[in-house]
Formats: sequence, C-alpha cells, structure tokens
Amino acid sequence: MSVDPMERYEAVIGLEVHTHLKTRSKLFSPAPVRYGDEPNHNVHPIDLGMPGVLPVLNEKVVGLAIRLGLATHSRVNQRSVFSRKNYFYPDLPKGYQISQYDEPIVSKGWIEIEVPTDSGQPAAGEKKRGETPKERRRIGITRAHLEEDAGKSIHDAAVAGADDTHIDLNRAGVPLLEIVSEPEMRSPEEASAYLRALRSILRYIDVSDADMEKGQFRCDANISLRRRGESRLGTRTEIKNLNSFASVEGAIKAEIVRQAEILDDGGEILQATMAYDPQRGRTRILRLKENADDYRYFDDPDLIPLIIQDEEIEAVRADMPELPDEKRVRFQDEYGLSAYDVGVLISSRPLAEFFEQTATACGSAKSAVNWITRDLMKELNERGVDVGELAITPEMLGALIRLVDEGRLTARSARDLFPELAEQGGDPEAIMRVRGLEAVSDPGVIDGSVEEVVGANAKAVESVRAGDDKALNFLMGQVMKATQGKADPTDVRRRLVERIRG
Amino acid sequence: MDSLEAQSAGLAAAEVSSVELVDAALARIEAADATLNAVVGVRGDAARAEAAAADARRSAGDRRSPLDGVPLLLKDNMVQQGEPTTCSSRILEGFVSPYDSTVVTRLREAGAIVLGRSNMDEFAMGSSTEHSVHGPAHNPWDTGRSCGGSSGGSAAAVSSGMLPFALGSDTGGSIRQPASFCGVTGLKPTYGRVSRFGLVAFASSLDQIGPIARTARECAWILDAIAGHDAKDSTSIPEPAPRVSDALDGDVSGLTIGMPREYFEEDGADPEVVSCVRAAISELERGGAKLIEVDLPHTPFVVSTYYLVATAEASSNLARYDGARYGRRAEGVSDVDEMYRRSRSEGFGDEVKRRILLGTYVLSAGYFDAYYRKAQQVRTLVRADFERAFAQCDVIAGPTYPEVAFELGSKQDDPINMYLSDVYTVSANLAGLPAISIPCGLVRDLPVGLQLQGRAMDEATLLRVADGFQGRTDHHDQRPPGHLGQAAR
Repeated sequence: MSVDPMERYEAVIGLEVHTHLKTRSKLFSPAPVRYGDEPNHNVHPIDLGMPGVLPVLNEKVVGLAIRLGLATHSRVNQRSVFSRKNYFYPDLPKGYQISQYDEPIVSKGWIEIEVPTDSGQPAAGEKKRGETPKERRRIGITRAHLEEDAGKSIHDAAVAGADDTHIDLNRAGVPLLEIVSEPEMRSPEEASAYLRALRSILRYIDVSDADMEKGQFRCDANISLRRRGESRLGTRTEIKNLNSFASVEGAIKAEIVRQAEILDDGGEILQATMAYDPQRGRTRILRLKENADDYRYFDDPDLIPLIIQDEEIEAVRADMPELPDEKRVRFQDEYGLSAYDVGVLISSRPLAEFFEQTATACGSAKSAVNWITRDLMKELNERGVDVGELAITPEMLGALIRLVDEGRLTARSARDLFPELAEQGGDPEAIMRVRGLEAVSDPGVIDGSVEEVVGANAKAVESVRAGDDKALNFLMGQVMKATQGKADPTDVRRRLVERIRG
Repeated sequence: MDSLEAQSAGLAAAEVSSVELVDAALARIEAADATLNAVVGVRGDAARAEAAAADARRSAGDRRSPLDGVPLLLKDNMVQQGEPTTCSSRILEGFVSPYDSTVVTRLREAGAIVLGRSNMDEFAMGSSTEHSVHGPAHNPWDTGRSCGGSSGGSAAAVSSGMLPFALGSDTGGSIRQPASFCGVTGLKPTYGRVSRFGLVAFASSLDQIGPIARTARECAWILDAIAGHDAKDSTSIPEPAPRVSDALDGDVSGLTIGMPREYFEEDGADPEVVSCVRAAISELERGGAKLIEVDLPHTPFVVSTYYLVATAEASSNLARYDGARYGRRAEGVSDVDEMYRRSRSEGFGDEVKRRILLGTYVLSAGYFDAYYRKAQQVRTLVRADFERAFAQCDVIAGPTYPEVAFELGSKQDDPINMYLSDVYTVSANLAGLPAISIPCGLVRDLPVGLQLQGRAMDEATLLRVADGFQGRTDHHDQRPPGHLGQAAR
C-alpha cells in the first residue's frame, strides 16, 4: 500500500480559531487586558465570579466583530444572544463561560486562500522543480461569535509544588472571537494557508494582534477522512489547542496518518478530542465524545440581546481599512507589480503602507519595490523585526532612491549605506555629503582617472585592444578604485572604451 | 416610634438622634432576637459611627432623604464591602465582600444606616426561613410559626419593631409572602427597577430587590432611594425611575381593581383568608374604586413554569460556589473533582441541592425543549394574560398567600405542597410586574396579606392604591401581641 494516505483518502478539515480582540478592558469587566503581568493582577470581582456580580458588555468588541464580519464577507446579525456554557473547571470562575450559541454575531461568509493548484489531490507524477502553480480558493466561514476566555491552570511543579495546581485569572474574561470555518480544507497546507490568511485579515483590520506566542490566536482542528470518490463524511476527531502554524500542519498530518492506519486495517474512527505532541509528531486521544459534555446552554439572563442597527454597520464599513485582497488587486493594477512582489508587500499592512509611502516619496514604484523586496526584507529577516521597529522611514528610503535615480549616488554606495540607515535613520543626502560619497559625474575628473589608469597599465590596454573584456573589467575596477566607487560604472566603461579603442 | 415615618419625623424635628435610633434598635434586637432569630449579624460600632456622622450632617442642614439617619437591615444576600454575606449558607462561610452592592451605595447616599443582616432561606430558596445555616427565624405573632420566606428575617424584624425597615429580595414571592405572614407591607418592584448588582443571584430573570416596612408610603420613600438605572446591571430599566412618593394622594376613586376569577376559585386556599381578602377589596370599592372580574387563564401553569425557570437559572448561578476561590472548601480532598463534590455536598443544604438537581435536569440535552423552552413559552403567555387584564383594570387584587403563617416544621416533608402555595406570587416575577402585599386583617389572630399587582413600570399606581387602602384602614398599625409586640413600642 502507498505510503501517502492522501492518495487513498481525502481529508476533510475544518478549523475553529480563537482570537483575542484588541481591547483595553475585558469582555464583561473593567479589568485591563495585559500580557505578562503578575498572576491574578488584572482581575475584577466580576472576573473572579464573586457573589452578586453582573457582566456588562464592553461595547468596543461590537465594532471589532462587525469589522471581522465585513472583512470575511459575512452577515452581521442584527440580533445576537449571549448564552451560558456550563461546566466545572478551576480556571472558569463562574462555573460557566459566557459565549454565543444559537444566535452568533457573525455568520455565513468566506475568505480566500492561495494554494498550489493540485493541493489536496493525489500527487500526479513528478512535478517540475521550482514550479508551483497556485490558485485562489474560497473557504467558507460558518460563524464567528463573541465569548470570554478562561483563566489558566498552572500545573508546573516549579511554580505550584508537586501536587498543587495554581490558577491565574488574568486571562479570564479576555474577549475572544471564535471563528468557525466550513470543513472545506483538504490538506494540512490548505489549513495552514487558511490560518495565515485569517491572521493577516485580523491584523489588517486591527481586530487582533493574533500573536500565537501570546496565546492570542489559537486553533482547534476537526479532521475526518473519506475514500477518494466517496461523498459521505467520515467520523471526525478534534485536535485541541494548536498554537503555531507548524503544530497545526504537523498535527493534521499526524492525525491523517493515524486515521488512515485505522481505516486501512478496517477499523472505525471514534469521535474524540485529541491532543498533539509536537515532539513525537503524534496525536493521541484525550477523551472520547461518547461521554460528551452536556454544556446545558441557555440564554444568559444577566445580559440582554445584542441589537446592531444598520447605521452602526455602515459606520464601521466607512471606517474599514483596505483588506489584503483588495490591496493585492490594486497593487497589481495601479503599479503593475508582479504577483510575487505583491505577495511580499501585502504580507503585512505596515509593510504595504511602507511601500506606498516610499513609492510616493521617490516617485517610482518600481524602484521602491526593488529596494523593499531586496534590501529592506533582508534587514527585516536578519534582524527578525517588523518594519515599524526599524529607524528608517519611507521618506528616508525615498530620498535614498531619488539620489540613486538622479545619478547623485551610485547604487553601490546606496546599498552600502542602507544597513546603517535602516538601523539609525537619518537624512541620506546629508550622510552622503558628510561621507563624501557623492557620485563623481564631472567628465574632467573621470577622464583624468582614465588617462592615469591607461598610462599605468599598458599591458592590459593591449589586451583590451585585442578584444579581451576581462582586461577591460580590470581597468574599470582601477578607475572605480581611483574615484572611490563614486563614478557611474557605465559612464566609466564608455569612456575607457572610447579612449582605448578610439 | 418604631415606624419609618415616625423615626423620620423625629429626626427631622430633632426630637431624636440617629445614634439614639441605632442604639434603640440594637437594644430591641438584643431583647427580641434570641426568640425570633431574625438577625444574623450587626455592625454596631460602624453603624453608630455612621449615625453620628449623619447626625452631624443633618444638624448642618444637609438632610438627604426621609431615610437619612434611619437604621435598616439588609437581607443577607446583598453584599457590603468589608462585611460578610452568608445567604444563610455554609458554603459562604468566611466570605467577606470586596465591593458594595448598588442598593447599599444608594442607601448610603440617602443617609440610611445599614445596621445588620437578616436571616433568610438559603440562597433565597424557600418560603419559611427554615432552610438557614443560622437556624429558623420565628414569626413575632406566634413564635411557633414561620415568618415566611425567603426574606423572613427582614419581615420579622420590621414586624417586631426591631427596625423600621429592611430590604428583601423577591424571586417568587420572597418579599410579599413573609410580609403577609408578619403583618407588614412588602413591595416587589418591576423587574429591572432596582439594580441587582451585588444581590447574590438565585434566578437572574426573576430576582428583584424591594422594601419591607409598615406602610406603602414608607415603601415608596425607600423605593425612591434605591430605584433607577444602574450601568452595572444590563437588565436594569434604562429610563429614570419616577418619584413614586409624589403619587400618593390617598385617593382610589376612579381606579379599576381587577379580581382574577382564578385567584378566588383556588381550591387549596383557606376560606377565611379568601373572605378576609374579599372584605379588604370591598373597602377599596367603598373608597370609590370600581371592581371588575378579570381572567388570568394561565394561572394553573404558573407554579410549574416558575419552578422550571427558577431552578434552571439557579443551577447555573450557584455553580460558582465550588470551594476554589472563596467560601468554604472541604478539607482533605485529593483532587479537583473531590473538591467540587465534597465542598458542594457539605456546603449546600437540602433545599438548595434539590433545586440545583432539578435545574440541571431541566437544562440537560434531551430535556431542554420539553421543560426549559416550554416554560419560557408559557412565561410569554402569562405575560400576555396580564397585558389583557391591564387593558381593563389598573391593579389586580387578591390574596398574597393561600393561608396564614404555618407552624414551623409543618411543611418540611412536603416541598411540592410548599411550592404550590406560591400560586399567587410567582406570576408577578414571571411577568416582571410590580406587586405589593399589605396587611388586610387577622385570621385566627394571624395576619393576612392583600396582594396588589400593577402594570410594568407603574409602581406609582400600585402604591397609590395600597396607600389609599391604608388611609382607610388600620391593619398596618396592628402589632404582634405579647412581649415581642411590647418590645416594639
């Protein structure tokens, strides 16, 4: 039997993403939302589930949920209802989580992802190296609903002692949107592409920082397999708490392998909640759904239905930033950029904005994109930072590019200068002057150097006359050296050839 | 000088000081509470200090309200910062609130002095104040009998003259029924009229705080102090509360009183109670009100509907008492499940356990539609019953409870029978309407309550009728006999 289970089976994957909303205070209490504080410092009696407390909705989240709805082509429901999901757990202070159940705030939308054209299909022969044709696909969004996060249980023996569990409720009550996809992904790569696209949207519209390391963007994956050609869905399992793109891909891959092995042996998939062990690259059953939790959902009588007027939606729409897909189309149309370049530029909203401002500052989108995709990206990757963390501004880069395009600074000098400008910032023209890097464009100066070099290298001059281009390059190097790299190489070459070959 | 009206007048005329009133109340509690067990905690020194400050403020010309300087009791399910709140439960042993309930904040702003906390049925579940970790409270009219519940301690304390007024909470009659049993006046305002912030929840969609005092006029003063929108309670009525004390003109002429057929056909009711209530309603007619019969056809379903809704919400509201963060945690537990199981088994009493189990069942998968959803649908029908009735009349009158105060212990073995007696009171909670119980006579030397129910948001008309009745009668001036009544004078 083939090693790749994807040849026999089709994977059906749906994702539930929990993303922290970017608010100053919690969903139902005035306690601050902050990361990395001392345990149990950001808590209010409401978060502690003290007797007599009542939740009051943080209105800020409504606008953020509407944004997400609009950005995912979803319906923003005029009426949504908060419900109680009842279960006992020590980091759940009230004994229930306030969530939305049968009436969520957002439903029925989609986002686009970019996937290899044959993604999810069995490998069709050898592919040509380096060639990955891509296509854009829609993945449906079933719903998105508001809910409060739980606290954290700390079982770490170093903190809590061997037998004890400590509870940190700083996170309890932090506002979340749970975004549920349709089961429309067919491979781990598609799942990962969906997550990246969703995270990019959330960041673009400033709804969430979606920092996976801070637990602001968490994913549960539902997976089932069916034989290729079969239309009936198989029994699904749910892998909980996937906190990185790598673990999402790894977990789904491992679960596909696990389910395929069971099915190959004629076995039956049990509906279960799974955990993924990234060290071993395996999924294991946490608990079977047979003894399914009964959450006894009912409408929270402490809260009234959330009613959203059309005007509110229109106000949010008017204030929406441009989305990644809209930017993609516009960048291609407006600037005539390649799909690859656009892909790099729109990968984050600050980078896209940096590009546009640089293009404006230097007057050339082509130059701006070259500098950004080449030199700026190199700096960002080497330093592992975002563009906002560098000292260089679009105005500075624009000025640098202008100096080069106007022939006042050689490309080489500019590239040498770039890392320093990136780190410390400054006025490129002033730096150029102070350092004496200004390009040498005075024909007298260049011809003088040419004359000197020709006089001192008779043998090489002979070779050039005999048609040896290597010798010409050597002489060019000598002239550039004499002008300290400040002359335009094309100009130098032209003058050398004229002088020698007449 | 045991009424709010008398104490308020005495303070206004500087015939008495707030400190003296506090000391007198402490002395009466000392004298009577060994018998009544109505009070579960007093804050004597703190209250005396607040009274002294109130005296100084008033003598400087700053009198904030008719309650300024007057001591009161809070039912022990409304939190005060730095003070215990027990809800008469073992599970809240050692709990001290880190914050003030909105009613406490507003009472303070009105100048009232919170002197202590009153006994109640555990988590407000019960009609007898027998289900209490502090032991049963007793009726001042007959200490062998129940003072009603769940706000029994509040009603008994006012009835016996310990304090001029108290706050209670009413989820299915818990202000009105004890008021009826103890011969005092108790008002349940419209749902959302008084903030629930800081009221320990029993059933969130039904709970409402209200006053217990001697008269409707006094209840109006208290309501004026505590009512009004509160941003901390999403279910509180957004419109400002009108000053209801301005509406009391003693005149009931021209008003139409509806008498629901269903309330007077009730089989299980004590006939003497019913005829006492009929006589009281006739007094309103003599005052110029018009009596008509109205229909509340869903009355036979209100008790079951109420117990489905109330227990479902309670099962969720009481989940937080798990021993993890505050209150009582069972000792010697080996894991978290055992901590939950034993803390809750040891911490809750039988009646609370019974209701948590019932409510959990009602919300369970497979039963939700048949019970909880159905109950919500019936609730809508009950509301519609009242809307139709109020198209014909201004208030609805009937008995508060089918009987007078029963003997302590007599209902312990038959909870269903006890539940069924809530038939007159639970509708107002299901429909969110204001309702009041006022003393309307004695049957076998025990007080009977006349219940008036009003339109939503219209406490003014309700109180106007109650005040008009009290202007024509003196049932509200009756005091319990014997040394408890004497102590009150």
